[in-house]
Amino acid sequence: MMATGTVRVEIPTPLRGWVDGQAAIEVEGSTVGTVLEAVAARYPALRPHLFGPTGALRGFVSIYLNQEDIRYREREATPVRPGDVISIVPAIAGGAGEPATVGLSREEMQRYSRHLLLPEVGLRGQRKLKEARVLLVGAGGLGSPTATYLAAAGVGRIGLVEFDTVDLSNLQRQILYTTEDLGRPKLEVAAERLRALNPEVTVEPHPGPLTSANALDLLKGYDVVVDGTDNFPTRYLVNDAAVLTGIPNVYGSIYRFEGQVTVFGGRAGPCYRCLYPEPPPPNLVPSCAEAGVLGVLPGVVGLLQAIETLKLLLGVGEPLIGRLLLFDALALRFRELQVRASPDCDLCGPKATQRGLIDYPEFCGVSAPGAPNASEIPSILPAELVGRLRDRDPPLLLDVREPEEWAIARIEGARLIPLGELAERVDELTGAREIVVYCKMGGRSARAVAQLTELGFRGVRHLDGGIDRWSRDVDPSMPRY
Amino acid sequence: MTDPPWSLAASALAVIEAHGRTSYPEECCGFLVAPAAEVSRGVRRIREAIPTPNRATADRHRRYVIDPLELARVERAIAPSALLVGIYHSHPDHPAVPSEFDRERAWPWYTYLVLSVPQTGAPTFGAFEWDPTTHQFHPRRLRIEGGAPSDPPGGREDGEDNR
Repeated sequence: MMATGTVRVEIPTPLRGWVDGQAAIEVEGSTVGTVLEAVAARYPALRPHLFGPTGALRGFVSIYLNQEDIRYREREATPVRPGDVISIVPAIAGGAGEPATVGLSREEMQRYSRHLLLPEVGLRGQRKLKEARVLLVGAGGLGSPTATYLAAAGVGRIGLVEFDTVDLSNLQRQILYTTEDLGRPKLEVAAERLRALNPEVTVEPHPGPLTSANALDLLKGYDVVVDGTDNFPTRYLVNDAAVLTGIPNVYGSIYRFEGQVTVFGGRAGPCYRCLYPEPPPPNLVPSCAEAGVLGVLPGVVGLLQAIETLKLLLGVGEPLIGRLLLFDALALRFRELQVRASPDCDLCGPKATQRGLIDYPEFCGVSAPGAPNASEIPSILPAELVGRLRDRDPPLLLDVREPEEWAIARIEGARLIPLGELAERVDELTGAREIVVYCKMGGRSARAVAQLTELGFRGVRHLDGGIDRWSRDVDPSMPRY
Repeated sequence: MTDPPWSLAASALAVIEAHGRTSYPEECCGFLVAPAAEVSRGVRRIREAIPTPNRATADRHRRYVIDPLELARVERAIAPSALLVGIYHSHPDHPAVPSEFDRERAWPWYTYLVLSVPQTGAPTFGAFEWDPTTHQFHPRRLRIEGGAPSDPPGGREDGEDNR
């Protein structure tokens, strides 16, 4: 005899994998509904197989109470007594022929109903989206909103290239991640979030950076690539690989309060090289980590990229090919520039000579994405600098960051001259026999060293990794930003 | 791929084919049964096919429905030595691949065997599994085990993708 209120629930073979292989389990409850709820509470992974998104029992699950279909009783409200047997039974059906729903399940019809109402999308368009494959390079500020909306829109396969982990300073704009995710690989978290948002979507994680060795193979498997990168070598790499594989490249970039969006049209161009044949000198253009960015800005730019991606997949509207959209958040103004496919473009032009991928860090004059050319600029490690600052004749410590950054954190004894003012205030450094320059990450300080050396200063070095590395290596109490 | 070598007894296939032919032009359906001890070791050797009536009340040439009580009854009757590991059904004059309709109603874990029954000529089959994370069917190779007197010559060594 069973204990009061205990009911036996029979589990069919297809669902036993979610209940540790058991054929039946015993739970307590007063109605069929509370019993099934108790089962789902004990085995949460079983829940989606029993209940639909609204919490109602799924249509293809039959529930019997002592051999009687509960639909002929009081459904989930049917009372149970100790010793009763509830059977969960698969309702099996199927068949050949013309698909009843033109490829979308009833749940998908409901999920995408606002799309299906648009004549420009409709059932046909939604099918196209379901069959579409989009590769997002970067799952950061731009990739977060793009991936979220493309998944919600029902793009069937979403590839993500990312190798970073979640850092506290990402959360101001990278909305795929939460405070709980700190330290976890972005790829893992992003895949989880997107699958939770839309289980119909297949997320394809590609860990590690995009390189000349893997880019062509990777892009070949996709219909569109979305560039959400933050450095020039990868940007040129995405561009070249997209032209060589002949797929459109939906480009976005952000800087402080300004954004740019355009679509490069595959083999026919225009491409990024038509716009910028050569990369800027290394470290001339600071990254977001150095220059800062309004957190909402990548949201706006990333979603413009998502819109362009959907338009390309659906084949509707006027794509942003040949037009560079400039967005100024402070003025709240959009402007548009024409981008022509350059007849002289080495990659997509009629006289193109570039047939493959090249060494992008070298092309952009950097040893690694975003890093300064370390070999040419003399530097000092934080640990060594600590010792030098304690010496009888310490070096002059020069901070070339902006006053906003200075207010957040600074190394004691430093003097602030923002890089932009260095040329006109260089007199303040006259007489210094040894100078150590630092900035946030080492980019601006490297340029300052080059500038000062050119002006005739001797013994100028910069702090390797900037104040960011300083706070990691020697002073953990220093705020990072 | 590294799928374990799953198999289908030739005698079970003969039952399915006969069921498919006699039900033509309507769809037929039934259960696939394998020894429980092997299933628990990850090996699925389908030894028996048990026909069950098609309860569809309309479009029976392209629809099948299995009575859940019948399924539950068979499951109990074969326990504990055997398990119901899959479902077979026929596609009269249609390929041996699951339809979208099949996909939307599929259950995890089950082996789905689809038998294509043409008006003339030999039936062919495909075996599939439904992946609950991608909601897609994947083909699953089934080795035919043991000879059967009714074997037509050649052409159905495994159930992989008859498209």
